[in-house]
Amino acid sequence: MPGGGDILLQVERLTMRFGGLVAVEDLSFSARQGDITALIGPNGAGKTTVFNCITGFYKPSEGRLALRHGNNAAWDWLEALTDSGERSVRRAGNGLFLLERMPDYLVAQQARIARTFQNIRLFPGMTVLENLLVAQHNPLMLASGYTLLGVLGFPSFTRAERAAIEKAREWLDKVNLLARADDAAGDLPYGAQRRLEIARAMCTEPVLLCLDEPAAGLNPRESAELNNLLLAIRDQNAISILLIEHDMSVVMEISDHVVVLDYGVKIADGAPEQIRDNPKVIAAYLGVADQDVAKVEAEVGL
Amino acid sequence: MTSGAPAKRVDTARALWDAGLTALLAFGLFLPLVGFETVTDVRNDLILVTRWPLLFAIVAIAGLGRLAYSLAIEPWLQQRAIRPSAEPAPWRRYIASWIIPFALGFVILYPAIVIATAGFGRAVKWIDNFGIQVLIYVMLGWGLNIVVGLAGLLDLGYVAFYAVGAYSYALLAKTFGFSFWILLPLAGILASFWGILLGFPVLRLRGDYLAIVTLAFGEIIRIVLINWVDLTNGYAGITGIPRPTFFGIPFNAEEGGFAAVFGLEFSPIYRTIFLYYLILALALLTAFVTVRLRRLPVGRAWEALREDEIACRSLGINTTNTKLTAFAMGAMFAGFAGSFFAARQGFISPDSFTFLESATILSIVVLGGMGSQIGVAIAAIVMIGGTEIMRELDFLKLLFGSTFDPTQYRMLLFGFAMVLIMIWRPRGLIATRDPSVVLKERKAIGKDLVKEGRG
Repeated sequence: MPGGGDILLQVERLTMRFGGLVAVEDLSFSARQGDITALIGPNGAGKTTVFNCITGFYKPSEGRLALRHGNNAAWDWLEALTDSGERSVRRAGNGLFLLERMPDYLVAQQARIARTFQNIRLFPGMTVLENLLVAQHNPLMLASGYTLLGVLGFPSFTRAERAAIEKAREWLDKVNLLARADDAAGDLPYGAQRRLEIARAMCTEPVLLCLDEPAAGLNPRESAELNNLLLAIRDQNAISILLIEHDMSVVMEISDHVVVLDYGVKIADGAPEQIRDNPKVIAAYLGVADQDVAKVEAEVGL
Repeated sequence: MTSGAPAKRVDTARALWDAGLTALLAFGLFLPLVGFETVTDVRNDLILVTRWPLLFAIVAIAGLGRLAYSLAIEPWLQQRAIRPSAEPAPWRRYIASWIIPFALGFVILYPAIVIATAGFGRAVKWIDNFGIQVLIYVMLGWGLNIVVGLAGLLDLGYVAFYAVGAYSYALLAKTFGFSFWILLPLAGILASFWGILLGFPVLRLRGDYLAIVTLAFGEIIRIVLINWVDLTNGYAGITGIPRPTFFGIPFNAEEGGFAAVFGLEFSPIYRTIFLYYLILALALLTAFVTVRLRRLPVGRAWEALREDEIACRSLGINTTNTKLTAFAMGAMFAGFAGSFFAARQGFISPDSFTFLESATILSIVVLGGMGSQIGVAIAAIVMIGGTEIMRELDFLKLLFGSTFDPTQYRMLLFGFAMVLIMIWRPRGLIATRDPSVVLKERKAIGKDLVKEGRG
């Protein structure tokens, strides 16, 4: 239902072609404010492509990707904004952004969508603390008067930097990395690097956090910790999360809403319980045709 | 090739065998290269002479060197490899904490030390050829370090900005008669303007492609300087560039000159000392600004860019602008150095801004360790100072004959230093990274983690 409810992100008729290959075809879904929305599907279904379109790393071939700040009143501007050719409109604390028109860094800077990567992308030669300060680059840049006041050592910048360090410390505490703040990020074990990447994304103060397979490579205990962390981010910081995940324990336990892709096409959309029993989803995951699902399930004893 | 198992004791027979083999190989290789020489005698006939002593000296050096390597150095290296890397020895930490104040004190007192040791007459040469020359390259190395070491953008045309600075000063000073102190910042601004102008189209490229395009840009500037004869006087260069004054007091023998005003006997050394402190101040300004910028958001963004550009973009950093600031900042310091160069020489020509200069500056940065200020300074002293020292090594003439000119072996020295560094310190003299901000405890970051950047 476009325009209704508490929708934060609305993807409409998204199509992404790479030459002759259609990676995502005519995909529409929406993510609600304060929800954890999971995007699942077999390998090569186009999940990461959708992510890259949302975060501006790819320019979609077709489609409209809209994100709102503030309250639902912003959705009323959608058609006018689309026709105007502008990237965004901001008025009275509300904002509406057309992500397909924005380059990647502006999606993060203005639309406030933060993301993590499937293969972790930290700054390995910088310390954990530095990683979190780089994430606060834009506010700090402003506070340093685009470097001018900072070089001269103005107290306003010193204050801003202290606040930034304090915020970094808070997040390090939340992801349980405070003791390793001065170690190189590349020195951390894998699970800790995943947590640090999430903390770094959160330091940009996003409204929507996009996580690309955050549980990949984690053991069951770490993945349970991750669930708690994500739930805490959703509940305490009132941040919506969009999640790509293969680990069904993560998806089923924490997500409020699941979208299933197969070969770039949406095959299901709904609450986790509905998805679990959807024959089309099971067929896609088992890699068989719809009508054979019952047979295969009987074979594997489901 | 020795076997994979670590040798516990030194195998003397094997070492001798290896040494003999090396000597034989050296003999075979150097017999045609060094052993024989063709010379024209007084009757203009070509005759063949032999140089046995030199040949056997080289063969002996090769053989004995190999012997020393297998008897002493190799076991020591193996020992070191086996031993777990412990905390650095206390004397190292002691040196590390004292090196900067000591080096600063030394460079400030350097002219006095030279005058005290070499005397008033010979001091000019040492301050000018050695001190000023090395400091120019230290400054250029630090400037390029911002681009290559911090932001990870491989720039092979850095000398172009040096040239822009030098020609800006020369042309504006000669045409409009502006003073050095006005033109110094102006040259820096013009150079950084060129940096931005070049950066816009070029910084879309990455890695090797960026290196090639910057190289081409460096050559374009030089060729424009050669061919735009109306403006730059082409190959002939610009002569009679006004020299810097001591805040308005010229360094000459006249009534109002520096010596007369301060009641001193006229000597060219005052200008040299003044220029020395001027370039020292400029170099220290470069270092200060770089150190300062590293701790600011922009410097951290440069380093983050070197580490992972895509991650930077996902955090809302405008990577194009960030690269441009690095380029402009590096170019600005090259512009300062260029205007100083023009003012010091009084003469500039396109010959001073060849690709070799870019390569020299880049090798200083790479040898020193990308991103390290002290490493770059040490590398500049070794590379440039080493070249200058070679002029002074007259005793080598006794060894290799009176026609031997040590300075001709400069490139050999460069190459040799490069090879040694590649073997022992592939990431430069000082490859560890010092964090820009600390919560509890300062720990250096190992060289294996720090990325080199792909442009």
